[in-house]
Amino acid sequence: MLALVSPIDTPYHRLPAGLKFGALSLATVALFLFDMVWMQTAALLGVVALYLVIGLDFLRQGAAALRPLWPFLLLVGIWHFVLGDPAEGAVVCLRLLSAVALANLVTMTTRLDDAVDLLMWLLAPLRRLGVQTGLIAFSIALVIRFVPVMLDNARRLLESWRARSHRRPGWQVIAPIFLVALDDATRVAEAIRARADLSTYNADD
Amino acid sequence: MERNIALIALFAALIAVLGLVPKLTLMSGIPITAQSLGVMLCGTVLGARRGMLAVLLFLLLVALGLPLLAGGRGGLGVFAGPTVGFLIGWVAGAYVIGLLTAKLTSLPLGLAAAGAAAIGGIVVLYVPGIIGMMIMLDMTLQTAFLSIFAFIPGDLIKAGLAGAITASLARARPGIVASRPAG
Repeated sequence: MLALVSPIDTPYHRLPAGLKFGALSLATVALFLFDMVWMQTAALLGVVALYLVIGLDFLRQGAAALRPLWPFLLLVGIWHFVLGDPAEGAVVCLRLLSAVALANLVTMTTRLDDAVDLLMWLLAPLRRLGVQTGLIAFSIALVIRFVPVMLDNARRLLESWRARSHRRPGWQVIAPIFLVALDDATRVAEAIRARADLSTYNADD
Repeated sequence: MERNIALIALFAALIAVLGLVPKLTLMSGIPITAQSLGVMLCGTVLGARRGMLAVLLFLLLVALGLPLLAGGRGGLGVFAGPTVGFLIGWVAGAYVIGLLTAKLTSLPLGLAAAGAAAIGGIVVLYVPGIIGMMIMLDMTLQTAFLSIFAFIPGDLIKAGLAGAITASLARARPGIVASRPAG
């Protein structure tokens, strides 16, 4: 399955995931504490610099990941311009760009297994409360395995629709997609029961 | 327990799949993204607790960096973006949808599921969604509400579809909806 990790290898990839996540949390809180335009501008320039030291291609990748944000920026920009408070609008837009770009940077440079390791470390205290964190790790692995299988099933159902109708596939294909999954769930549950004792499952083993 | 884990994981995968397949069309040819419909079905079919866990599991995978949201979005960035409130709303929405589907046993399953999906998938979903937009975009309540108003008709249609699909799943596999053992 395609991940969002950048194929461009950067020194950020080798930083511990916990460090990146901690720094991101602090930076995001800081972004929301200050609302001077010059500070938010400086912050965004800093974020751009973090991308740019790797190279122009990496910066371009980061910018592409921000594309879903443009409609919101436009909306806020126009709204504050109409209200006659462009400075306020600038702060909101700059802050949003920095916060999302920083978060994307962590995602782009953290491999999936490092991210899962960090998650397990963060969840460890819950174990004292009786939460079986191993089951969470197990479920994550199940979903990662299931998405391509289910996607394949869905594509096959869409193809058989197209083979029979000249119209585009409609909502009616959703029920069969779910039916196939429900039947798979029964078989998967049997397979798990045959191979593992989930009540004692521990991701560290 | 194995069956619950398998169901929760499979439904989390189904939410992803509904966001990744090409847009489907309604009878009149209007394209819809089916991802939020997947969230509604988690609640109506799996019930409150398992439905909510499936949505949480799905969001966990998005946070870990998998591009599973409609349009191939994902990663930590979506949780720092303006629509983060709607992601939280999905969790609460799935729970309420499951709860209401189980409560409205005097109605036929399809109607109960559609009503539950309309309340959980619109009212419960939009409250954190609007609060999120007010915080992230510094909007007033009115502007935040006006900017998402256009999505309500589409979500009402999806709630209706969720009801119809839930009823047909229960017909095909009696007992699958936990609150309706007889189908």
